[in-house]
Amino acid sequence: MTEVHAAAAIAYRDVLKFLRDRARIVGTFVFPIVFVVILGQSFNTGADFGYDYRTFVFLGVLGQTLFQSSALGMISLIEDRENDFSQAIFVAPISRYTIVLGKIGGEGIVALVQGLFILAFGLLIRVPLDWPQLLAMLPAAVAICLFGGAFGLLVMANLGGQRAANQVFPFLMLPQFFLAGVFNPIANLGPVLSIASAAAPMRYAVDLLRGLYYAGRPEHAQVVLLPVAWNLAVIAVVGTALLLAGTAMFVRRERNR
Amino acid sequence: MEAEPVPPIPNQPTAEAVITVEGLVKRYRGAAANAVDGVSFDVAPGEFFALLGPNGAGKTTTISVLTTTLLPTSGSVLVAGHDVARDAAAVRRAAGIIFQSPSLDLNLTAEENVRFHAVLYGLAPMRPTFALMPAGYKARVHELAEVLGIREAVFHPVRTFSGGMKRKLEILRSLIHRPRILFLDEPTTGLDPSSRRSLWQYLETVRQDGGTTMVLTTHYLEEAEKADRICIITHGRVVSLGTPARVKADLVQNYLLVDAADRAALKAELSRSGMAFSGDGPLRLDTPAADVHRVLRAIETPLHLVQTHTPTLEDAYLEIVERPAAPDGAGPPAPLPAGGESEAAA
Repeated sequence: MTEVHAAAAIAYRDVLKFLRDRARIVGTFVFPIVFVVILGQSFNTGADFGYDYRTFVFLGVLGQTLFQSSALGMISLIEDRENDFSQAIFVAPISRYTIVLGKIGGEGIVALVQGLFILAFGLLIRVPLDWPQLLAMLPAAVAICLFGGAFGLLVMANLGGQRAANQVFPFLMLPQFFLAGVFNPIANLGPVLSIASAAAPMRYAVDLLRGLYYAGRPEHAQVVLLPVAWNLAVIAVVGTALLLAGTAMFVRRERNR
Repeated sequence: MEAEPVPPIPNQPTAEAVITVEGLVKRYRGAAANAVDGVSFDVAPGEFFALLGPNGAGKTTTISVLTTTLLPTSGSVLVAGHDVARDAAAVRRAAGIIFQSPSLDLNLTAEENVRFHAVLYGLAPMRPTFALMPAGYKARVHELAEVLGIREAVFHPVRTFSGGMKRKLEILRSLIHRPRILFLDEPTTGLDPSSRRSLWQYLETVRQDGGTTMVLTTHYLEEAEKADRICIITHGRVVSLGTPARVKADLVQNYLLVDAADRAALKAELSRSGMAFSGDGPLRLDTPAADVHRVLRAIETPLHLVQTHTPTLEDAYLEIVERPAAPDGAGPPAPLPAGGESEAAA
């Protein structure tokens, strides 16, 4: 039980830090709006996709935000190390897995708060959303946050400092915007880009949300790439592998210097 | 006849030691040399033990291994009867740590920092506000905050705290789980003299009231002199270990410098009478202060120079720590005398 409370304390701290950081709050809410309104419009060439392009981009940005925010939030592991706060955590009698799960949980909750804001924004711009869709997407959003956190953990476990993280993360994230089809349809990519797209974790997060949203709708075949179960399986298997590898590397790096 | 250097004092483990370190070696990845190179010592329950040495001597590395934040490369380290490598969680439950660099979250209030720590140590369940925390926890926070003089500030953000208040908060946090052993890694770094004095007064109270074992790392000699025993480390090796008086006896060697117009006759006389000396100019006789008169009376060759050297502990310590590292496997550098002198020309 101590480990559960410890993970909750670690998560709670990250949420408190987010809620007390006005600049971060403004930044995290403004960027998704910019993506949906400005970038979404820029990619809309006026072609007839056979589905509502704004809804397509909205769901893409929602999946991307949940995945990316959780992944980027893991930078706090490095921040804590550089601010010497992590030493206070590492001498506590709790498992390293508890520390990692608490971190992923905290940053996942922060990402979910952002996701709720994007949903509210979607309702404001009249994206058609109903309760069954929202209820179906909620557990998927939690899974995406855990997946993003595991991805971020593996990356952070191999980086020395915040400067490296700030240089590496855009390189890992920006290509995924396009390979995951956040703004653009990716059903008919060439062979090389198809392979790159299949290797992009964000693709499965975005496609999972679209699969749940478009379930039973005529646009489903045009928009969704993989069945929901397939996306969930990839997220579960790859996410677990990323979590285990990331935790092992993180623990080894911290203790075996 | 050359004077022999004083050998380092070996560790003499006590049967009921709460900390036992045997042959500890730590080499960081990619490093060319060991940061800690075969350190051994033990600490008895309730003892105040000081690791003294210059920056880079290996003190913080040693304490990091003792507090389980670093794995040893080799050697055996037991804290509260638990192996630091195999049973880290048990070691952490028994220990409280005040780090060299502040490890507080400046975004949280003082109480939130303490609450976070208390939950991690299993003292209380996680609750989102202080009001919802168990009564025992709340009473302990109020009690410690009162003793440390930060009662008014305990619900204020840590970023508004002075350096001294942050240190006090770290002490409060480290004591909240009533540790058997308190590790203090250069706890007074960055504090003004007033804060430093008040910190030591409180730590002395903690020690006397709770019987807490305290392990201090410092490069301030005056702080180490408060300890029951001092272990001087330089270049990752122990050069002296014992009570402050014993360490002083190890490090500080009184000696006598004598010279004569007929130096050859003086050397011959000293050799003939079995008095060890060294040097080619003025001759050095390693003589305790109490024996100076007897030695001088015994010398018949007319002397034109007599100097008695009585280095301070600080002089001797500085001499030890400023010497270059011995090559690998050569053992710790031998203590040498140094420093101040009083002079009398004959």
